[in-house]
Amino acid sequence: MTFEYAPAPESRAVVDIAPSYGLFIDGEFVEATDGKVFKTVSPSTEEVLSEVALAGQEDVDRAVRAARRAFQKWSALPGSERAKYLFRIARIIQERSRELAVLETLDNGKPIKETRDADLPLVAAHFFYYAGWADKLDHAGYGANPRPLGVAGQVIPWNFPLLMLAWKIAPALATGNTVVLKPAETTPLSALFFADICRQAGLPRGVVNIIPGYGDTGAALVGHPDVNKVAFTGSTAVGKGIARSVAGTNKKVTLELGGKGANIVFDDAPIDQAVEGIVTGIFFNQGQVCCAGSRLLVQESIQDELLDALKRRLSTLRLGDPLDKNTDIGAINSAEQLARIKAVADTGEAEGAERWSAPCELPSSGYWFAPTLFTNVTQAHTVARDEIFGPVLSVLSFRTPDEAVAKANNTQYGLSAGIWTEKGSRILAVANKLRAGVVWANTFNKFDPTSPFGGYKESGYGREGGRHGLEAYLDV
Amino acid sequence: MPTSASAPASAFVDATASDSALRRFLHGLPGVDAVGLEARAAALGTRSIKTTAKAYAIDLAISMIDLTTLEGADTPGKVRALCAKGAHPDPTDRTTPRVAAICVYPDMAATAKEALAGTGIKVASVATAFPAGRAALPVKLADVRDAVEAGADEIDMVIDRGAFLAGHYLKVYEEIVAVKAECGDRARLKVIFETGELSTYDNIRRASWLGMLAGADFIKTSTGKVAVNATPPNTLLMLEAVRDYRAQTGIQIGVKPAGGIRSTKDAIKFLVLVNETVGADWLDNHWFRFGASSLLNDLLMQRQKLSTGRYSGPDYVTVD
Amino acid sequence: MSESTDVKQSDAKQSDAKQSDARRLSVFKTYKLYVGGKFPRSESGRVYEVQDSKGTWLANAPLSSRKDARDAVVAARKAFGPWSGATAYNRGQILYRIAEMLEGRRDQFVRDVADAEGLSKSRAAAVVDAAVDRWVWYAGWTDKIAQIAGGGNPVAGPYFNLSTPEPTGVVAVVAPQDSSFLGLVSVLAPVIATGNTTVVVASEKSPLPALTLGEVLATSDLPGGVVNILTGRAAEIAPSLAAHQDVNAIDLTGAGAGTDLARDLEIAAADNLKRVLRPSSATDWTAPQGTERLTAFLETKTVWHPTGSLGASGSAY
Repeated sequence: MTFEYAPAPESRAVVDIAPSYGLFIDGEFVEATDGKVFKTVSPSTEEVLSEVALAGQEDVDRAVRAARRAFQKWSALPGSERAKYLFRIARIIQERSRELAVLETLDNGKPIKETRDADLPLVAAHFFYYAGWADKLDHAGYGANPRPLGVAGQVIPWNFPLLMLAWKIAPALATGNTVVLKPAETTPLSALFFADICRQAGLPRGVVNIIPGYGDTGAALVGHPDVNKVAFTGSTAVGKGIARSVAGTNKKVTLELGGKGANIVFDDAPIDQAVEGIVTGIFFNQGQVCCAGSRLLVQESIQDELLDALKRRLSTLRLGDPLDKNTDIGAINSAEQLARIKAVADTGEAEGAERWSAPCELPSSGYWFAPTLFTNVTQAHTVARDEIFGPVLSVLSFRTPDEAVAKANNTQYGLSAGIWTEKGSRILAVANKLRAGVVWANTFNKFDPTSPFGGYKESGYGREGGRHGLEAYLDV
Repeated sequence: MPTSASAPASAFVDATASDSALRRFLHGLPGVDAVGLEARAAALGTRSIKTTAKAYAIDLAISMIDLTTLEGADTPGKVRALCAKGAHPDPTDRTTPRVAAICVYPDMAATAKEALAGTGIKVASVATAFPAGRAALPVKLADVRDAVEAGADEIDMVIDRGAFLAGHYLKVYEEIVAVKAECGDRARLKVIFETGELSTYDNIRRASWLGMLAGADFIKTSTGKVAVNATPPNTLLMLEAVRDYRAQTGIQIGVKPAGGIRSTKDAIKFLVLVNETVGADWLDNHWFRFGASSLLNDLLMQRQKLSTGRYSGPDYVTVD
Repeated sequence: MSESTDVKQSDAKQSDAKQSDARRLSVFKTYKLYVGGKFPRSESGRVYEVQDSKGTWLANAPLSSRKDARDAVVAARKAFGPWSGATAYNRGQILYRIAEMLEGRRDQFVRDVADAEGLSKSRAAAVVDAAVDRWVWYAGWTDKIAQIAGGGNPVAGPYFNLSTPEPTGVVAVVAPQDSSFLGLVSVLAPVIATGNTTVVVASEKSPLPALTLGEVLATSDLPGGVVNILTGRAAEIAPSLAAHQDVNAIDLTGAGAGTDLARDLEIAAADNLKRVLRPSSATDWTAPQGTERLTAFLETKTVWHPTGSLGASGSAY
């Protein structure tokens, strides 16, 4: 007799999705100037969730003007007053967290377990943290009375829609900037619900403007001459384009881009926890995480043992309905992303790497990819170099700590890395040599609003989170 | 299904050749990161077990209970009442499964044996100067012999935690071997580590391997007599140990968390740990037990709720 | 007409013409690049004429090529590991040593700066003194910046979490055009104080103080390759540095605010997402410096590790 878990779906009734949404400009939901709309679908079922206004160039201009108008009053408010708005927002997010978790799961495809236990608590915590900074900026180490920059143009990705919004908006508002934010075209809904939260919180008109759209909307926002600050999270290719487009201007830029994180497991690692860390590292959010530990570097002497344990563990992952509370692996965010993952995985096979996928049945509708390992991978393989942004782990081996570090750093990226060993001095020595902005030792994929996050090299520049995260929004 | 075999497993004869060899072996086991272990146990604790799965889990949990009374005030009457409860946990519903065993002190083993005749329920007896284990080896062995002769099917021994913490692993090992020999073919041996006293997870992993090498049929967390007893993380760690031991030797060992498991919710969390760590092979009362007393009534109330749709109350389950 | 024996080269030329048989012929200096701790000529074999503020010929300076830039990047990359791995205390000692060596050659730099920038002796002396003091200022920062820019983060979980600033790598520096010495020191010192290595493109019209500084650096215990000094046309050398895939950051100060060169360099720098420090208009190099130039070329690395409790019995239950 086996222990079969009965379906345990979280109730969808907690969220009320309207059939259509406008742009949120100057405190009002409005239609796009040219009346264009686009549909957002649930990636686990391909069901259309809502129809959303598509912001064009003129709408970008309206939004930036609204933000500019709001800037003077907002930046002149005492920090303690701005703080209270942010505290209100944090509290309303906590109150509405179940609703937002279900919404995010529907629009993004990630498991409710993650939106409920990771995304939403972090979103609220982020607003709570930066709320407290608003009246303490004199003490932040950027001189007395540091000034905001003005209007921030922010473009966020689809992998953690509401969390990335929080990472962008909370520090921007705390420091006295106003915001125009473009959510990703596949996940616009939580940002539009956030607009409603801003209204509930009584936030002055124009301080936050939300303009859904595709890449060209983002480009128009980033390129708008009256934007003073650009914050972007997304692909390295787009990030480079933004870096070029702002050349010669005074726009301050922070970029949080791609990664190919190495998760290094030494022979003296706490092996069961390392297996969990590897799983968390690459299968959290279906691997659609810029800081994913997508390269497993395992010491050759324990490679077989570790891979056996890993495969055994992957076989217990539960893939399916993202709203089911027992689901570990949800849907891939879009058909396009799924196609990209499949293409890289096929390249991996074509290049001779050995492919293994966890035995699980994929639902017939929606976008799905089984947790997958590639073994016999070397630094020369595409799957070891390109960011896949999906549930695909490339396994490489090493013999010595020197070799591990050399391989870990042998990438154009530099966002994250993991170290697994029980030897303290080795952790510190390896952490010291890794060229990565976040190093998780004997853990992985941990986030906190107090902890600065951001990359070296082509993973971008600037830091989000913590005291460091204020700098990006201050004229210093 | 793999079966237990006499110790030590041939793969590890060298490990137990001397005190120093045993120390090297135990200290060479992979370390445990406490935060990671606890995080994994907590994550599995968020599994949502509903409807049919819950019904299955409740009946399975009832069937895995070592219904226990270990009090200075135990009397034959008390023990007989407990045996009756174990045989028919819910008098209003004869489909309720029986418990796995009744667990008593050695001097009550004969009473329990008689009361359980024909039920299929095992008699488990604690022994070896339970719970402290502070007696000379001959005394401990005599304790075991008494219990076995009184009809105990299972012996729950305590290890010498003092010797373990002093690093005298071979002494602990040899004591288990001697008790195992005393049990012979007549009784299965559960080895209690008193994990709360071993304190660290590294120690719990070492004790698990030491116990398995010495011939334990079951490894068991605790006596229920100290502040910290069975927990999800320490049970998860022991499940990992039996999983790894079977992978290396082919020998399957049982696991018994004991003490502190009082609610259906808790019990189901442990069953999820079993299910997702060692799988279906251990989802049977031959390989997994709960050392508990008050847990049973909570399981029964939840069982009634599932069948009637109403919440039950303590007046609708029996007090024993 | 100077009667002193340590005449400037420009003076010496005229002197030679007029007093050819009365005076000893002075020895000219051949100015060379400073790359990898050595003093090579430009691989291109080219030089260009350097004139003082009145248009008088001072010397020929190497006209660096793109290959010189490439060689300098190789030297800087090679030096990065040891220099970034040196203790902050050690780096501070070396920067202070540079100040000591400069102080010892003060008169020479006063003359060089006076010639290069058309300053009076006394104003040139003030500039050189300020440059020495600037090395001292940054020497003291090496072992303090991590305490200012980094620190522990109180995360909401059983984890130790520490942010530490680290040097970003090889930094190309387009040095200020007008302030050929104090400006140069002000952009160079903070870059190496934090453990970066650098390729500096000196002031195009006044490169000689930079090349003489190379001689000081070479005798100040500074490992070869930490600072590499190129002279020539910024518009020729800087684009190859800005586009170089093994350069991590670029300081555009000398490219000039609002210029096409600065914009083009920033565009080229985007190819590998170099950290870019944009030029600002009208910097007063004599003013006290903040920490901005130190932090501009630092990365923040944040390390997490579980803490947990002492034992299983005191843990999360």
